[in-house]
Amino acid sequence: MDETTLLKAFEARVAAGEKIEPRDWMPERYRRQLVRMMSQHAHSEIVGMLPEGNWITRAPNLRRKMALLAKVQDEAGHGLYIYSATETLGVDRNDLIQELLDGKAKYSNIFNYPTLTWADIGVIGWFVDGAAIVNQTMLAKASYGPYARAMIRICKEENFHKKQGYEICVTLAKGTPAQRQMLQDAVNRWWWPTLMMFGPHDTESANSDELLRWKVKQKTNDELRQHFVNITVPQVHALGLTLPDPDLRYDEETGNWITGEIDWDEFWRVVRGHGPCNRERLRARRAAHEEGTWVREAARAYAAKQQRKTRPSNGVEVA
Amino acid sequence: MTLDALDTATKTALFEYLLRLGDDALILGHRLSEWCGHGPYLEEDIALANIALDCLGHANALLGLAGEVEGAGQSADDLAFFRDAIEFRNVQLVELPRGDFAFTIARQFLFSAYAHLLYEGLRESTFEPLAGIAAKAYKEVSYHLRHSSEWMLRLGDGTDESHRRTQQALNDLWMYTGELFEADDVLHALVEAGIAPDVPAARSRWKDMVTTVLEAATLQLPPEPPYMASGGRTGFHTEHLGHLLAEMQFLPRAYPDATW
Repeated sequence: MDETTLLKAFEARVAAGEKIEPRDWMPERYRRQLVRMMSQHAHSEIVGMLPEGNWITRAPNLRRKMALLAKVQDEAGHGLYIYSATETLGVDRNDLIQELLDGKAKYSNIFNYPTLTWADIGVIGWFVDGAAIVNQTMLAKASYGPYARAMIRICKEENFHKKQGYEICVTLAKGTPAQRQMLQDAVNRWWWPTLMMFGPHDTESANSDELLRWKVKQKTNDELRQHFVNITVPQVHALGLTLPDPDLRYDEETGNWITGEIDWDEFWRVVRGHGPCNRERLRARRAAHEEGTWVREAARAYAAKQQRKTRPSNGVEVA
Repeated sequence: MTLDALDTATKTALFEYLLRLGDDALILGHRLSEWCGHGPYLEEDIALANIALDCLGHANALLGLAGEVEGAGQSADDLAFFRDAIEFRNVQLVELPRGDFAFTIARQFLFSAYAHLLYEGLRESTFEPLAGIAAKAYKEVSYHLRHSSEWMLRLGDGTDESHRRTQQALNDLWMYTGELFEADDVLHALVEAGIAPDVPAARSRWKDMVTTVLEAATLQLPPEPPYMASGGRTGFHTEHLGHLLAEMQFLPRAYPDATW
């Protein structure tokens, strides 16, 4: 079959809501778009461990400390899961990670913002995981089977994380004046970066049309952002908090909360590597990778020795 | 045996003993948690976080029980966040900075072998609440011991560099292992009552366990050092603990009237 016929059959399958699986024919553009999106997604899980990991040793009680540690551990697991799903597209995890370390691959902008107080940990769970869930619930219907299945699994845990984050915020909101102030400050700092997580306006989004046509995405950036705003604004008000947006208003006609304009200069600056923590995040990932080199070499050397001895390995393979 | 059945002297000793166990788990868990996001592999980030979580779970249960035994209304959090260094009862081994991966693994291995003996015996404790905690913890420390033993093999018998780093870590750590097997009146009283196992008497078993793995890993058992660290059980610590606590306790100390 020639390319045109294959493409036609592919698009018909996608239109019919069928899942595309690793061995199926797919357009090279589709494959590359997925590798780009999925590896960015995996990188985001990994880099996303850092801002929250920043508070593990300072969590205010044992229950919160364990919950946070478990959450960050889940994120490492999500990263592994999405890297595996990406590898079904014929790429190697190590190459993807190298691109991240070289600053060639992107990850979610949100993780380039610092966690300054404990309230940030609550607000990240509530806002950032909340936004991720809106996005991932859509991706759970993506046309590529391995990605959709990864999202279904991950969404379950993310929902739990969001609940934990929200619970931290509720506790702070009901707490002392200092705690309420801490929470309001975190809301002020995380609100706009969270809205930026959904990406540029539909009119500015270079990849959107293709991704929508191939049902990798089901909804546009602006649609998802609006949905997130609509569900989150009432939650913010319910906790007696305000949002740092003087233009925020409720539109009776559409039932939407209308926000002011996002600072797109800031958005693009952070995308291009010039946000508050871009350098530190990459530096931390590179340091972990470089300091771990001798460990990975040791594991490989040991595995090779064991193989030469032609006896069954008595260790879990990690190399 | 339940709490009501204990006499005052036994309660006092038991409170002290539970602080020791709980503090060991808390401080080691804290050190392990520092690896989160910084490990050599994603898989290892997950494994170390997992072990840290187990340790913090042990700490929570043991310190919670300590508070009940003391009967002065202190929660596990009160004990974790509102005691100063001189009141902490952990061995110095667990408070040492995490060092490189070889240091973390060698420490975990030495401690896990000890914890394995400890919780194995504690499952038979005549004090039921403690036997219950130990039954669960024993399964977890068995996993920790397996994980750290496997890494000892890989690092010891891996490359020249990994061998060198791991041997160095063992040599540096050895002087801190004596504390794990110290005996005093607190322990004697509890061993007598069947509440605590006689871990000091099992030191040679520990050494055999350690030696077997070290030999397979082509590593040397360190020579007995001229100075064995001691004092953690009475609040005499290294200079590292104060910094660790400053970080760990900052929030509840800064906002003492807050709940989180």
